[in-house]
Amino acid sequence: MVRMVTATELRPDTYAWPVEAERLEVKAGRRHLAVNGLDLRLGTGVHGLLGPNGAGKTTLMRALSTVHRPSGGRLTLLGTDATESRSLRPLRRRLGYLPQHFGFYPRFTVREYVEYMAWLREMPKAAIPGAVQRAVERVGLTDRADSRLKSLSGGMLRRAGIAQAIVNDPALLLLDEPTVGLDPEQRVDFRTLLRELGAESCVVVSTHLVEDVVAACSNVVLMDQGKLVWQGLPADLTRFGEQGGTGDSAAERGYTTLLASHRSAK
Amino acid sequence: MTTHIPSPALESYVAADPGLDDAAVWAVEVHLENCAECRARMAEMAAPPLLALLDDVQVAIDRGVRSGPGPVRRHPWRRMVHRWAVWSVVPWIVTVLSAVLAAFLLDRQFPERPSLVLLLAPVAPLAGLAVAWSRRSDPAWEITAGTSRAGLEMLFRRTVVVLATVLPPLALAGWRLGMNPALWLLPALTFTAATLLLGGRIGVDRAAAVLGSAWVLVIVVPAITSADLPVVIRSESLPVWALAAVIGTVLTLLRAGDHQRAPR
Repeated sequence: MVRMVTATELRPDTYAWPVEAERLEVKAGRRHLAVNGLDLRLGTGVHGLLGPNGAGKTTLMRALSTVHRPSGGRLTLLGTDATESRSLRPLRRRLGYLPQHFGFYPRFTVREYVEYMAWLREMPKAAIPGAVQRAVERVGLTDRADSRLKSLSGGMLRRAGIAQAIVNDPALLLLDEPTVGLDPEQRVDFRTLLRELGAESCVVVSTHLVEDVVAACSNVVLMDQGKLVWQGLPADLTRFGEQGGTGDSAAERGYTTLLASHRSAK
Repeated sequence: MTTHIPSPALESYVAADPGLDDAAVWAVEVHLENCAECRARMAEMAAPPLLALLDDVQVAIDRGVRSGPGPVRRHPWRRMVHRWAVWSVVPWIVTVLSAVLAAFLLDRQFPERPSLVLLLAPVAPLAGLAVAWSRRSDPAWEITAGTSRAGLEMLFRRTVVVLATVLPPLALAGWRLGMNPALWLLPALTFTAATLLLGGRIGVDRAAAVLGSAWVLVIVVPAITSADLPVVIRSESLPVWALAAVIGTVLTLLRAGDHQRAPR
């Protein structure tokens, strides 16, 4: 049978930016404003979110994944107002999220876990088994698909986490520290996967590893103390590094230079 | 399918004639996918080397099917358990069940004292609810809280699981002691609804702690020390409990959206 292409699939996007934040404020805990007046616009592609510890990266990711409600400002995701509770359900079907502390049920197998997440994101019943197999193959876990999660190593668990995030082909994919625990070979494979995903959807990767960002991202977002410091191309970050700063690679020197100049300007 | 592919078009398709443009090729292929007759006609036109290649491929596929991994077995039962069960609740359920059993045995032994089963009933589901909704005990809370089924649907599933485990032992104890079922059922439902309603604001675990300790301090402790059956669990107060249970359930359903976001 020829597959019918539905009108929804052909409909052009009615938004200019998959992620659009204006003076965004998000609290971590009860009082502390971890994201404090952030203005951010992200298009299609892979965006590397860089920043020191406590810069508000994880809190921003939680707001983008709609887990936490922003306490102020505007946040529009895929053309939908993410502060409005009523429109969350259809929006969440198009999101994929890997949290930094990725919790799991140890008795689930990889396949069962990814299938459960696909079901939670309300994928059509008939599409789930195929989508699960594809996601597991894309992260290279095919031979361990029927092993229980508790028997996997740290790097494999991380890859199972990536599989659950991409299973519904999300239009907005959020990965918080996805490369922790991956060995160098797996990180190279993961970068290839990132570039593939970024061709069609908006991918936000939060990380500490500057070299990951330079290698796999089409765009760099640098934040410090809840605010946007700099947004640009990885090549520009490397160019800043030519002017000095501390670090082992040009990109790392660029990172420290930008942070230092931002801090001294205040 | 009204007309079949004319022979000249099919011939030039089989021969990969560059004169056939893309649109014509698509039209031929879409027709071929749906028409066995035209596929048979095309098979007759195909050159022998192509047929030999297809045979080889067929043999290779058959070999792969025989020697490769089998299809994944479906486990509908396991899948249903995954979608309904809340594993972190199990130890708490065991505790609550033992408490109900102990209350039942004490009530049998001392029928003249205030019934412990009735005093326990309203708070029996609270421990399970608190654990089912706590971000400390649910390892995957952050992932599940951001999915589209979070909110009303997960609220419904988890509450049903907790109530389905807690209510039957209470029913059994109440039946053996010859109580009116409404006496323990309505307070239990009211407290469940109140916990979820308040939990949407301050977190279900906190709400369960607040309501549970309030019940114990205000009703249970005085009842046990004075040995009088408090008025709230006598049959005179049943209409009030019924009203509270209905209002509580309706309000909880209306405010189910509060559970869409993770508790702080």
